[in-house]
Amino acid sequence: MKKLKAIDMKKCIGCYSCSLACAREVHKSLSWKRSGIQIRSSGGISTGFEAIYCLACDPPPCAEVCPTQALTPRKGGGILFKEKQCIACAECAKACPVDAIYFDLELRKPIFCLHCGRCVSFCPHNCIDLVEVENVR
Amino acid sequence: MFAKILIIDLTSQKASIEQIDLKEGLLGGSGLAASLYLKYGLFEEPAFHPDQPLIFTIGPLTGAFPMMSKVVLGFKSPYHEQYAESHAGGRLALALRFAGYLGLVVKGKAKGLTTLEISDQEVNFHSTPFLKEEDVFSTGKLLRRVSTIPSGKRSILRIGPAGENLVPTACINVDTYRHFGRLGAGAVMGSKNLKGIIVGGNSAFDLNKMASSQYPKLYQQIHEIVTTTKAVNKYHDLGTPQNLIPLNELKCLPWNNLQKTSDPDITNISGEHFAKHLLLRQVACAGCPVGCIHIGLLREQFGEEHEFLYHQVAYDYEPIFALGSMLGIKSASAVLKLLEEVEKMGLDAISTGVILAYITEGLEKKVFTQEQVLLELKFSEPANYLQAIRYLAMPPNKFWRDAGKGLNWMIKHHGGEDFACVLGQEMAGYATGENYFVAQALGFRHSHLDLGAYSFDQEKEAKNLDKALDFFAREENYRVILTSCVGCLFARKAYTLETLVACLESVSFTTSLEELKTLGKKIQSLRWQLRFKTGFDPEKINIPKRYLQVVTYKGPIDPNYLEQLKKAYARQIKELAQGFSF
Repeated sequence: MKKLKAIDMKKCIGCYSCSLACAREVHKSLSWKRSGIQIRSSGGISTGFEAIYCLACDPPPCAEVCPTQALTPRKGGGILFKEKQCIACAECAKACPVDAIYFDLELRKPIFCLHCGRCVSFCPHNCIDLVEVENVR
Repeated sequence: MFAKILIIDLTSQKASIEQIDLKEGLLGGSGLAASLYLKYGLFEEPAFHPDQPLIFTIGPLTGAFPMMSKVVLGFKSPYHEQYAESHAGGRLALALRFAGYLGLVVKGKAKGLTTLEISDQEVNFHSTPFLKEEDVFSTGKLLRRVSTIPSGKRSILRIGPAGENLVPTACINVDTYRHFGRLGAGAVMGSKNLKGIIVGGNSAFDLNKMASSQYPKLYQQIHEIVTTTKAVNKYHDLGTPQNLIPLNELKCLPWNNLQKTSDPDITNISGEHFAKHLLLRQVACAGCPVGCIHIGLLREQFGEEHEFLYHQVAYDYEPIFALGSMLGIKSASAVLKLLEEVEKMGLDAISTGVILAYITEGLEKKVFTQEQVLLELKFSEPANYLQAIRYLAMPPNKFWRDAGKGLNWMIKHHGGEDFACVLGQEMAGYATGENYFVAQALGFRHSHLDLGAYSFDQEKEAKNLDKALDFFAREENYRVILTSCVGCLFARKAYTLETLVACLESVSFTTSLEELKTLGKKIQSLRWQLRFKTGFDPEKINIPKRYLQVVTYKGPIDPNYLEQLKKAYARQIKELAQGFSF
């Protein structure tokens, strides 16, 4: 089982290629928000960039608060989503300790990292990668 | 394909939204800005008239493809009182796109110093009188606290003291490291009491509706070209400063106000030197994987003991030329120090350096007096140039107020026409020959990037008039299409016209190669018409004597060819303007 990891954000140039790729390839959208990975500066561009994405908690607090089991734990950490079960309560977004779930009001569903790795090849400086999860249960 | 344009009236503090068909609105970027100026511009009124618009435009490919990351600003320039365009990157293009607008028109004048804030769900007018005379960097920091848009992806535009003081060479700073640099857009913001503009947005567009099935594959192909082709990726490596040593070797790099074109001490301000000793890191405009913005580390001791502070200063070829070789300065740290002051004041770096070089030579030649200049300025001595930069932005007397208006104004009021390095506006750093001199002097933006004629100067047939005119015509047509999409001009190798047709097609803007070229001609025609309507006359543009004294690797300048080309290109421009009626 693999998960996404921001392995070296000090090399990030702030191009947003990863966010745009996730939106384009996974969510079929042109967006820098409808993406499982968010890039942001803090205190202006001179301070560098950070990546916000699902850290694959195990157990995931977002799944624990989901009242309809639309979110369930993924093997090795993170979550799986069943859209038909979602009632758009957005409790998952509130429960995420690192703000990695964006609740899309237009689509009425949470947007989060699937750990699929489709963003990885678009990063020009290898700041992100898919890594093997150790000790998979 | 329809686009939303946000119209802001600073006087009434109200906004309205307009829908424009992009074929009628001339694609986007350069074309859209021109068509919006045709609608909202006041041709007869001065640049500082409250109702003159500042028009920010992006295009149909913005954010949809790599390097489609620029914004065009159309406005009436206080520098020459004619229609003008300036381009900038940073995060602004994507911020506008995801705010949901392809155009932002700002007109009117606020009662007091104001900051405009827009997003996909907000239009705010923040009263910011406390920002008066704050420099660009502290303004940026304070605006981050003023803004109600969450941090992380906002774009923050602001002016410094130069813009507030209506200096016609003032720039608009975009996201600290990029600029609408040339032709005085910063002063137009100042005239509107507009200290800052904050843009943010999180709209999402459904690709199932707006894009074809070919789109993801096309994106992938272009991403690979952009990230693996040396011709594009070179902008990341040493960046534009890679050109300092080659141009110096070709005797094409202006030194000491273009008194010479080469100097053996180039190595200390070369791209290689900056990269090895001062490069801190590179950053990118949002939506561009290249990352051409080079940030240098300026470390300064401020106390007797080991007390240091550091600054991060972006550098490029042009600012190194203007504040380095043009002033005879051969220390990279000294260049960064001057450049940082230019940034703080909110001035255009090229104009600043070239104006200071002219004043320095004028002092040498006793055309100006010490009483006028108030400072002793000498080539290769950086110390007093710091104060000179502040004088340009905050003029202490009439001489410095005139200097900030640029060299065309200075020639008229203070003389020195023989040695003023002005080609429409202060020259960019290419003393490559006749084609470049004419192209900048007459070119639409008076920019080295209008036509890239410095490269034609290096061709075998550089003195073939017909070939030069063909090159100018082809380049202007292609470049205006690219800047209407709106692509970065560093993306030229990644986007042929055929590729642009495919990209446009993939996002529902159906066109053919011939149609696109014709659309380009239409945009050229309108842009030139706007120049003529606002007073442009190519016959009146003078190429100062200094340019005829230049000696490059090819030998001396040929004054006859230069004059013939100037006349012929002026005719070509007039024909371009007459091509279509609007």
